[in-house]
Amino acid sequence: MIDYSKVLSEVVVNTEKSGIRKFFDLLENMHDVVALTVGQPDFVTPWHIREAGIESLEKGKTFYTSNSGTLELREEINNYLTRRFNISYNPKNEIIVTVGGSEAIDIALRSVIAPGDEVIIPTPCFVCYAPLVRIAGGVPVIIETKLKDKFKLTAEDLRAAITPKTKMLVLPYPNNPTGAIMTKEELEEIAKVLRDTNIVILSDEIYAEMTYGMKHTSIASLEGMHERTIIASGFSKSYSMTGWRLGYICAPEPLCEQMLKIHQYAIMCSPTTSQLAAIEALKNGDDDVKMMVEEYNRRRRLIHKGLTDIGLECFEPQGAFYIYPYIGGFGLTSEEFCNRLLYEFKCAIVPGTAFGADGEGFARISYAYSTKHITQALERIAAFVETLKKEQGLK
Amino acid sequence: MEKNLLKLLEDDARLSTEQLSVMLDTPKNEIEKKLSELEANGTILGYKAMIDWEKTDREYVTAMIDVKLSPQRDRGFDKIAEKIFNYPEVQAVYLMSGAYDLSVLIEGKTMKEVAYFVAQKLAPIESIISTATHFVLHKYKDKGVVYGYSEVDERGNCN
Repeated sequence: MIDYSKVLSEVVVNTEKSGIRKFFDLLENMHDVVALTVGQPDFVTPWHIREAGIESLEKGKTFYTSNSGTLELREEINNYLTRRFNISYNPKNEIIVTVGGSEAIDIALRSVIAPGDEVIIPTPCFVCYAPLVRIAGGVPVIIETKLKDKFKLTAEDLRAAITPKTKMLVLPYPNNPTGAIMTKEELEEIAKVLRDTNIVILSDEIYAEMTYGMKHTSIASLEGMHERTIIASGFSKSYSMTGWRLGYICAPEPLCEQMLKIHQYAIMCSPTTSQLAAIEALKNGDDDVKMMVEEYNRRRRLIHKGLTDIGLECFEPQGAFYIYPYIGGFGLTSEEFCNRLLYEFKCAIVPGTAFGADGEGFARISYAYSTKHITQALERIAAFVETLKKEQGLK
Repeated sequence: MEKNLLKLLEDDARLSTEQLSVMLDTPKNEIEKKLSELEANGTILGYKAMIDWEKTDREYVTAMIDVKLSPQRDRGFDKIAEKIFNYPEVQAVYLMSGAYDLSVLIEGKTMKEVAYFVAQKLAPIESIISTATHFVLHKYKDKGVVYGYSEVDERGNCN
């Protein structure tokens, strides 16, 4: 019989299953659960974008595109970034269309990391960075951001984490799961630390459209940062196109040239149907984005007020579509809190520990749900918190 | 604020003033004031539920009637429209451009009842030149709501 333990890659075997996944597995067999767990928009892709996908199929556009994606799409991506965030990339050799933001992150890491290289990752953050760094042979160096800093990366912490082996900084803002953003001024402080180094920034800007009260700034737009920044972004969140699996990477040509090799050998090219739909999204989708962001903003206010009224200390998120309340005051770990909420009150939220060890005491709540659904979930959380308070009173 | 308030209510009239106040980042008393104002000046005409009667055992038919008119001196179509919309079985009356003048939406228990209304009440009205009655066979979508379709969250728990 084959001995799988001798077959499988050690680094992959030792990669922990995503904490988010573990929690989602619990959900699978339960019924009547009001979940606030999903990390994707609840809007169906706008009809005109879907129609463009359908039309492309009707016209028989079923072939590979060039490796880096159709030139028209790359041109539209550049137009969009210039229009929205005042940054510009040469569509010919500085943009690669990828299979979602996830592939963008993966090829960015793999093209830069050599064995033993350190990659600085501020947590809490989306689950993929550290495992992908390890699989690429690198060493994740975690900076735990704090509630008192509004979960932002500070220049001080960054400076302390840099060693001669530091190759890269992951900058995951607007942030999943905290909803934190970095303002232009705050990014400037980070830029100051990096300006005279050889450190590359991987700026994950997938939630760039989802900011409330102020516009997103890309660190690539700051002086001296363009040359060292890889932007990973995509269509999933902003245009509600998660299932189309389409993202992109923007970086200076010397970086793109190498990333394109990995993309070419591993992926060939992103799905043609999705690419043609994305062109329509970029050309005529600004109003859809605006409408969806306004709706998220209303829900954000509703859920922030709701959780605060329940008595949970709650950082007011300024980006993405998550809120990250403190749930640590009841003598339960995050996992215990979320498990009891799930089993006793049939409401699902994700324990903060899924996003880093510093997530202990917190939970991620997604508000990519209808107001009716959110209101129902808030009622269940309130009832649970009441129960916990009573239990504490009895002790 | 007014436009956003109206849009939210058009979508879900059951939102409480408290929820509206949070969602629109506007004090509750201002929302209340605005609502009474909009109700008083006839901008908000009512709050109704969207009901899919096909899901019930209630018997009913709906018809859209194209009505051609000869206009009356000085009063245009208004007086005839009023005469028509006063019948309780009439759900809606629109003045139309194009091949006919009024579109009348009527609801009755049976086809016979609708036929009776057209023949006995509508057709005899002076200045109605002709009517063409179309029965509705199935309602797919009304006021932005898709009928006979219950929303299932198909999103994968993926990230």
